[in-house]
Amino acid sequence: MKYVDEFRDGRLIESAAKEIRRLADPGRHYRIMEVCGGHTHAIYRYGLKDLLPENIELVHGPGCPVCVLPMGRVDDGLDIAETSGAIFTAFGDMMRVPGSKGSPLEYKARGMDVRMVYSPLDALKIARQNPDRDVFFFAIGFETTAPSTALTLRQAKAIGVENFSVFSNHVTIIPAIRAILDSPDMRLDAFIGPGHVSTVIGCRPYEFIARDHGTPVVVSGFEPLDLMQSIVMILHQLNEGRSEVENQYARVVPWEGNLPALRALAEVFTLRPYFEWRGLGFISQSALGLSPAYAAFDAEVRYEVPGVRVTDPKAAQCGEVLKGVLKPHQCKLFGKECTPEHPIGALMVSSEGACAAEFQYRFRIEELEILEQ
Amino acid sequence: MCLAIPGQIKAFDADQQFATVDVSGVRRKVNVDLLREDGLDEDDWVLIHVGFAMSKISAAQAEEQLRLLTMLGEAAAAIEEVEGYQFDDEDDPWPSG
Ligand code: SF4
Repeated sequence: MKYVDEFRDGRLIESAAKEIRRLADPGRHYRIMEVCGGHTHAIYRYGLKDLLPENIELVHGPGCPVCVLPMGRVDDGLDIAETSGAIFTAFGDMMRVPGSKGSPLEYKARGMDVRMVYSPLDALKIARQNPDRDVFFFAIGFETTAPSTALTLRQAKAIGVENFSVFSNHVTIIPAIRAILDSPDMRLDAFIGPGHVSTVIGCRPYEFIARDHGTPVVVSGFEPLDLMQSIVMILHQLNEGRSEVENQYARVVPWEGNLPALRALAEVFTLRPYFEWRGLGFISQSALGLSPAYAAFDAEVRYEVPGVRVTDPKAAQCGEVLKGVLKPHQCKLFGKECTPEHPIGALMVSSEGACAAEFQYRFRIEELEILEQ
Repeated sequence: MCLAIPGQIKAFDADQQFATVDVSGVRRKVNVDLLREDGLDEDDWVLIHVGFAMSKISAAQAEEQLRLLTMLGEAAAAIEEVEGYQFDDEDDPWPSG
């Protein structure tokens, strides 16, 4: 109960916590996966675990875009930019993600032209400002971010920018959930559905989870009270033997999603036959490559892609943590060799990564304990 | 990356593709293509993600989102992101497509 006083809704949260304790069957152990990395961040930041009874376990899902990217893709992107002399652009989240020969920031320190951007439109702008250079955008993200890349490419085509290319690492959330549901070592009772991915794809794509797997899905907002209410909704479903898709975040998420965004995705991208995910292996039709109409902007067409496959450092257990099989602190490197200052895996880099979230949370607990003394 | 930034629409560009938004006093242009079908007006609130307005929200929801960013320790990073958008500088206007 460390943080509850800090919340504006402190009282409501207390009563949601009470409701959860009332609804949870003490003879049962509940495993609920929050799919989205933003939720993972929020759950640790709020210390929500401290508010839940012991038999409700939150399992961290694969919804952190840089975390699921296999190291080989990072190497490929950096390699292309280095060999071609292109300007390498990427979001801040990518900058410290380790490749096998260093992160983008480390390449920059060694002299490569690496620029952080806040929007794919900024990468396109850099291309317009440097007509004699190639500009390479390392695109990452789920369906929340992919429409931005799509609209940027549409614009690049409309205004005829020729020195701009995109290395697409966009992935889609549904096949990852399917892979988790199909994996034999994974037993889950329910999902907390991602908030912002769902503003794009809507709630319908989750229906198979409820229907075919009998597993409830509640799409949730990010406030502590949202997450607590979502857990209440899940427990109601489980107690009543229902499995449905419910939308706790209806104030932002339309049931049908964002149609213009979905149309832009369909126009600019095509589903890759398969794509490798860290921890989950190759998943079919789980990632977006550029469609033939946008081949001129496709880094994988324009350049030779080395296609290297590198395994994570031996002792690193990023894959198990990503699948929810291990908790971050159960990784042998957690907080020792691997820290936010010296990350071994991407899960320790991004604020949405489970390892970084748990590390910051522990740090904060220690801080509070010192303050209390 | 998954956390969206709330902003209020202040003015639209001539081609309606971009709009100037106010995020806690910082004004920048963002792309509003994805919300044009919903009908977007001045003073409406939107959630912004990497330079694009992704959803229309209520004023109360915008306030809630800002509080959320503060609570997560991400408010400063959000403002930095908005300030960092480079595609709309006045000297080099964005060509319409
Ligand atoms: S602690 Fe580091 S090495 Fe271990 S799983 Fe997390 S990111 Fe990977």
